[in-house]
Amino acid sequence: MKKVVILGGGVGGTIVANQVARQMNSDIKKGTLEVTVITDSEQHVYQPMFLYVAFDQVIPGEAKKLEREILDRHIKMVVGSADRVDQDKKTVMMTDGTAVPYDYLVIATGSRPAPEQVAGLPEGGHLFYTEEGALKLRQALHDFEGGRIVITVGVPHKCPVAPLEFTFMLKDWLQAKGLGQKTEIVYTYPIGRLHSLEPVARWAAPVFDDQKIESHIFFNPEQVDPAKKTITSLEGETLDYDLLVAIPPHTGQDVIGRSALGDAGKWIPTDRTSLRMKGSEDIFVLGDATDLPISKAGSTAHFEADVVAANIVNLLNGGLGSIRYDGKVFCFIETSLTKATYITFDYLNPPKPSEPTEMVHMFKMAYNRLYWLTPAGLL
Amino acid sequence: MADAVKIVDGRNSFCPGPLMELIKGIRQEPVGTVFEVWSSDKGSANDIPEWVKRAGQELVSNVEDGDIFKIQVKKIK
Repeated sequence: MKKVVILGGGVGGTIVANQVARQMNSDIKKGTLEVTVITDSEQHVYQPMFLYVAFDQVIPGEAKKLEREILDRHIKMVVGSADRVDQDKKTVMMTDGTAVPYDYLVIATGSRPAPEQVAGLPEGGHLFYTEEGALKLRQALHDFEGGRIVITVGVPHKCPVAPLEFTFMLKDWLQAKGLGQKTEIVYTYPIGRLHSLEPVARWAAPVFDDQKIESHIFFNPEQVDPAKKTITSLEGETLDYDLLVAIPPHTGQDVIGRSALGDAGKWIPTDRTSLRMKGSEDIFVLGDATDLPISKAGSTAHFEADVVAANIVNLLNGGLGSIRYDGKVFCFIETSLTKATYITFDYLNPPKPSEPTEMVHMFKMAYNRLYWLTPAGLL
Repeated sequence: MADAVKIVDGRNSFCPGPLMELIKGIRQEPVGTVFEVWSSDKGSANDIPEWVKRAGQELVSNVEDGDIFKIQVKKIK
């Protein structure tokens, strides 16, 4: 019996499992194939919803469903914590001592926000990348009566459009609350423009001018002083704040470190087109877990998962598994509480953002509800 | 033994891009590490040296090699 094991029950891992299980359904029924998802939580979380939780537009329950209900019923699900991947024995060792053997392994462990990498940030700042963080920020915004809000961005981070989205939505939200005139919004960014994507940065610059959003480029958060309410960059600039919202630096997962599969940041060296772990024929990596210089985002994981699933099905059917990932990414960009635009790009074609419209915002709102079809492998 | 140069392959990386990849490397690797950023984006040949100066790191070299730019940076603090 062939065994396909997917480590990680996020969007990418779940898509791979469902697509392989659906396309190889008869093999699973015959008992010649087993597809297993290892996940550390029974809940599947649609993380982009936390942006809206911070503004009290949705509640966290709307971002979660049981993973078992999303997975094809022929897929085996193991809920537990993976201790390490043993490449020699082709096995995932669980912390409870059980072993999950594989013929093909898909590592889709994602990343985690690491605010602790910036001294003082956990005590002095807010974030909206976790449920807990978004709820605390929701309360802080609810209690906010005006002042100086600094938005800062660590490296690396996932969802690269989120800093701009949060900033624009915040501006709109403050205006609606009657605090627009009493608040300064200060946006910092690690490199020499407002966004890593040059066309997006060019588009955002006049919007910042128009909305009177102050910006500080070449600003990498290094230290926060919660008592003095200041943040200092590694470039040596210090800013005062009344409310600090951080997109914190991210790190790969500890299981990658324990397995000695990653670099110093626990990112796995991955071939950019085959999506195989470098030096391995039977381990695929996708989503945030890779060391690829592309956006860490659900959409990246989604498009990579399509390629990984196709290659695994191809290999199981005697093919060479040579289907290539072209670097495709698609992201919505919320530009206020009522308008949005989108970008799409790949390794060869840069994005071209278009004028924001209410229609794209409405589509994004609809997608937030339709999301569950994506991990199901249907959308 | 000569220090190994750590390649940061930022070719065809629109987002996060070569400079952000270098910053990631500088944040996670030890002092003394030499990085060589490969970029297909001409802007990097200007942006990276500017950031290196602001961050107090050392620009070792900045050359155009065919279609790509190769910029070496040493982490000194």
